[in-house]
Amino acid sequence: MPTVKIKYDRDACQGHNRCYMLAPELFDTDDEGYAILLVEGDVPAELEEKARLAADNCPEFAIEIID
Amino acid sequence: MPDVPRPPVTDWATDFDHTHPDYAASAPEIWDELRETCPVAHTERFGGAWLPTRHEDVARIAKDTDNFSSQGIIVTDWRPDVPRPMGYAPPITSDPPFHAIARGLLLQFFSPKAIDGWEATARATCRELIAEIKASGTDLVDGAADYAQHIPVRVIADMLDLPREDGDKFRVFIHRIMEEPGQNQVLDYEDTLEAYLSRKIIERRENLGDDLISYLCNADVEGMALEDRHIFGTIALLIIAGIDTTWSGIGSSIWHLAQNPVDRKRWLTDPEVRPFALEEFLRFYAPVTMARLVAEDVEVGGCPMKEGDWTLLPFPSANRDPEAFDNADEFVIDRQRNRHTAFGLGIHRCVGSNLARMEMRVAIEEWMDAFPDFELADPESVTWSTGQVRGPRAMSIRITS
Ligand code: HEM
Ligand code: SF4
Repeated sequence: MPTVKIKYDRDACQGHNRCYMLAPELFDTDDEGYAILLVEGDVPAELEEKARLAADNCPEFAIEIID
Repeated sequence: MPDVPRPPVTDWATDFDHTHPDYAASAPEIWDELRETCPVAHTERFGGAWLPTRHEDVARIAKDTDNFSSQGIIVTDWRPDVPRPMGYAPPITSDPPFHAIARGLLLQFFSPKAIDGWEATARATCRELIAEIKASGTDLVDGAADYAQHIPVRVIADMLDLPREDGDKFRVFIHRIMEEPGQNQVLDYEDTLEAYLSRKIIERRENLGDDLISYLCNADVEGMALEDRHIFGTIALLIIAGIDTTWSGIGSSIWHLAQNPVDRKRWLTDPEVRPFALEEFLRFYAPVTMARLVAEDVEVGGCPMKEGDWTLLPFPSANRDPEAFDNADEFVIDRQRNRHTAFGLGIHRCVGSNLARMEMRVAIEEWMDAFPDFELADPESVTWSTGQVRGPRAMSIRITS
């Protein structure tokens, strides 16, 4: 079963918090509202769809899914 | 009402006027037309201004803080006289590097987790308003004036620890600044936002609490207290930026639901659709258009922008660009891919976005629970604001359930 990874670009992130709202299992937010990526390495298969959802809704294109 | 009626617009590509009532009435159609025929429109009005309509150009300008300055963000006939990089209302009028300092002071108060703490206040406010509407004993209610407009006022008053009764004053101040910019009004100083807030800041300094005004009065940046004009500018901004905008967002959502029984039903029966619906309201009815001053000559979409020109940043038009969104001109309540720009892009991303979202969500939830069925009493009589914030201002609704 192929797995995916998440690439999160802290410099591009402006704290829209779309990722945290859509995929709190994968993204937290810090005290200032910027995203914190919670998974290192492979995304658990059951969260893959949520990872894509977060990437597809980030207005700043700060999240990329690496297949 | 404007003192002098604005001359009619003959050609939106070469003579646009976003403060004209015709624009308020049909902005989405104007953007669609321009995107196809002349994606960066121009006008000699306001001393020279541009209107880019594509997502690509809007994003590019929002992210280019070298060529575009935030010193002015509301288009007027004159140019702002408060110098860069702070501007008159930090951080929205600030440029780098000062911008990050002014913005950094606010972020912790508006993070998603900090905003969770205000949800109960917002909900109680909505319930009070609904109780008043129900007690009035009529089936007609103005969804904009009797409901939407009060919600952001009361929450921000609480965050700043200002009396809620002053909310009516805030709305008058805001209306002058946002919807009638550039009209030569002679005002008594005592009757201005500046006089009001200056008094409040002096009082607060003598009696500090744990509210946001007290925090700014106490804050220091590299060992220095904030300048008075910084504190004043930021508090004024929080009042101005948070009220008309959120009021518009709630009002447009109710306007949409009034006319779309299928979407009403979906909202009520499928709670999982609600987060997507909320973002789609924000995409489709994005209330805010910002502006920039061109700081250095630059070309956008083949158009030569000159230093000192204005350029508008119509985030609502970017949100309807078919290059950036599938079926851009359709409201899709469960849209899964929605990188909308209602809260801006780049370093000025709306500081209040988490608050605004929470208020919109709670306001729609409470309204829908109380009034599952309703319609526009007279669609022709709905009025929309003019200028850079777009939303219904008078909207008679008939409750049918
Ligand atoms: C639906 C409601 C709202 C919308 C659509 C909205 C939209 C925006 C947009 C588009 C910007 C970007 C400005 C730019 O690029 O120049 C902005 C900035 C800002 N907004 Fe909002 N806003 C809303 C509600 C609020 C609320 C409730 C507050 C706070 C009480 C707020 C406070 C601010 C502040 C402080 C900035 C300046 C940020 C900066 O320059 O770094 N807004 N808003
Ligand atoms: S959605 Fe994008 S910009 Fe927003 S917090 Fe997540 S990564 Fe950052």
